[in-house]
Amino acid sequence: MPQYDMLLLRFGEITVKGRNRSRFEKAALAHVKEVLRAYPATEVKNEYGRIYVVLNGQPASEVSEELRNVFGITSISPVMVTGSHIEQIIPMAIRFIESMNIVEGTTFKVNARRVWKKFPVSSQEMNQIISAPVLKACPNLRVDVHRPNIELRIEVREQGTYLFSEVIPAAGGFPRGTNGKALLLLSGGIDSPVAGWSAMRRGLEIECVHFHSYPFTSKKAEEKVIDLAKVLAGYYGQIKLHLVPFTNIQTTLAQSGHENVMITLMRRAMLRIATALAERNNAMALVTGDSLGQVASQTLASMNVIGRVTSLPLLRPLVMTDKEEIIGLAQRIGTYDLSILPYEDCCTLFVPKSPTTNPNLRIIEQIEASLPQLNEQIEEAVLGTETVMIRPGEAIQRKQDEEPVVQDKWF
Amino acid sequence: MKYFDHAATTPPHEEVVRTVAEVMTQHFGNPSSLHRLGEDSGKLLSRAREVCAESLRVSPEEIIFTSGATESNNLAIQGVMTQYRQRGNHIVTTAIEHPSVYETCKQLEKQGCDVTYLPVRADGTVTAEDVLSALRDNTVLVSIMHVNNETGAMQPIAEIGNVIKNHYPRIIFHVDGVQGFGKLPLSIRDSRIDLYSLSAHKFRGPKGIGLLYVREGLMLAPLLAGGGQERGRRSGTENVPYIVGMAKAVRLAAEQQEHYAKRLYKLRHILIEGLQQLPELELNSALSGAPHIVHFSYPGMKAETMLHMLEEEGFIVSTQSACSSKRSEPSRVLLAMNKAPDCAASGIRISLGEEHTDEDVRQLLRAIENTVGRLQQLKGGNS
Repeated sequence: MPQYDMLLLRFGEITVKGRNRSRFEKAALAHVKEVLRAYPATEVKNEYGRIYVVLNGQPASEVSEELRNVFGITSISPVMVTGSHIEQIIPMAIRFIESMNIVEGTTFKVNARRVWKKFPVSSQEMNQIISAPVLKACPNLRVDVHRPNIELRIEVREQGTYLFSEVIPAAGGFPRGTNGKALLLLSGGIDSPVAGWSAMRRGLEIECVHFHSYPFTSKKAEEKVIDLAKVLAGYYGQIKLHLVPFTNIQTTLAQSGHENVMITLMRRAMLRIATALAERNNAMALVTGDSLGQVASQTLASMNVIGRVTSLPLLRPLVMTDKEEIIGLAQRIGTYDLSILPYEDCCTLFVPKSPTTNPNLRIIEQIEASLPQLNEQIEEAVLGTETVMIRPGEAIQRKQDEEPVVQDKWF
Repeated sequence: MKYFDHAATTPPHEEVVRTVAEVMTQHFGNPSSLHRLGEDSGKLLSRAREVCAESLRVSPEEIIFTSGATESNNLAIQGVMTQYRQRGNHIVTTAIEHPSVYETCKQLEKQGCDVTYLPVRADGTVTAEDVLSALRDNTVLVSIMHVNNETGAMQPIAEIGNVIKNHYPRIIFHVDGVQGFGKLPLSIRDSRIDLYSLSAHKFRGPKGIGLLYVREGLMLAPLLAGGGQERGRRSGTENVPYIVGMAKAVRLAAEQQEHYAKRLYKLRHILIEGLQQLPELELNSALSGAPHIVHFSYPGMKAETMLHMLEEEGFIVSTQSACSSKRSEPSRVLLAMNKAPDCAASGIRISLGEEHTDEDVRQLLRAIENTVGRLQQLKGGNS
């Protein structure tokens, strides 16, 4: 591995956003700086619309592994830096190539760019002037200008010359929180955490809502959701989690005797509560993990009847995504192993044997109207919601906390 | 009374005793129960798993709690040979393993397994090349101890692991780490170990509790049928207070290993130098061995006599290993090192602990000297 001096961070879409560009850049810079707090030796430089991280001896691979997850960054290149003189650039290019794993038949090309026009050698000339001594130093190397294994890119700028080759793909999307706030319905399944990550990647700030039906569900189910929110918080810095007591509503709906539309009724009640919570917390949309046709409540007809209950935009990042792809994403973002833990969440209880895939809006509204206590219970649920702030690696402060079970002195 | 039998068992650390007592009183719930008491026990169990994993530099999912090294070794060997039966039936081990490995192999031989017991050199070790030359296409498992419990001989585990995996990546490598852990550095990952057994009472934890590291992805047929605890690999209600106590002992032992080795090597050096002054004794431990074990023989003298005479002088030592010392046959381990039968039948093991001082060791040496002197007279009188 070459001894890299800097990381070059590239941004995608935000660079074409006209007057809003500086707002996006500021948000990205703040996020990068927050991640780099774990590496106090590093410095961040903002230069001509690019962000550079000066490593000052920190390992490039480790730091870029952390920065890959910063939303808005499309790719990262580790960079070696030298002075802008051709007699400095050539030995540096040789060192760069030599430190890579060159085996017999490895192909390469030089792609030099003279950004500083006062530099005496043109981009075209540089390619040859640099290739020749590199080839001489590494006899195993061959030139291939079309599909090289290594493309050594050299940028000559006034303040220094940058050499890099590797391009590490990063999260992409929009910088953290630059597109407003939304509430994520977080169930504990595989889909909703992925939907939350996708929404955050697109620049949304997320607060999570979870409905629990203790004692019908166990405390473990709730802890699982907290753990999932913690993983999401790792990508964002911190996250609020609203824990909604849903037991009374679930009991009311179960007793109404309409088993086949139970899920439809439950989902509508959840959306009503989430809408009220969104208003209280200044969120402008709801995010769900719905994927078209996946289960009875996610058919087009069900989505229509369920979605009618809220006037907020319902964002469904995974609506057209296949289950396998969702699982792949869940594994990548680190929520999958938690999601598959077998604790029942409130949806898997009271599941009817044959839930309807085609509910009728008129009938649903009639059933709801016949349950006079429902409105009151929804208000109670909103009022009884417990909100916890979740930060990665920190214990959570709950209202009714007593002495912690796991005491440090025992370990 | 000075205790010099740490290889048999160690005095539990006072913090471990307190932890076990507190957890046993405050959290008696069954970790499998759904109620609050059960959940609390479950949380302690997962924290204990994390602490053990951190100390061993592996992941928590790779730790199975067992009742001790005998179970860990049985589960590792039998579990692998049952699970991977279609790969073959050949086991490679050494002639000097602990009975929980050796006898398990003997038992499997009766069931049709083919076992190679590698002979050891005079210093009690095998080399990576010895192991490599015993491997075949139908070899499923290699089981080798880190440190021998009788002589303290230390096997080149990292070299063996790498040689096995470089030539036969599918062969499974089990290491009985009981006498080595906390005494010598060992990286499970770098040594490419698949299974690693520990027993808590050998490093100041409670008795009746141990663990088995099982590399992620490796399957094991369980020994016990039951409630499916430990992800189906070891049924039986978890012994939560002992597991928490063991986690503490694992952490302490791992943290103090370097310091421990440095101090005990110094004591061992004094001891060995002193023993070498006595021509009647034959030293069986190589200088390169583990820091806490010194083994010698008094050829022609019953080991038990020497043990009781030292006890009279206030020193507790051991003949052979605790597990085999009630039998009066010559030691299998010493015979494997090519020692004469009268040497192999008269072995005394001294094993050191962190509470010993230079002065303790010097007093022990004086006592051995006296004992040898007294026995020498008796011997002379008889002939």
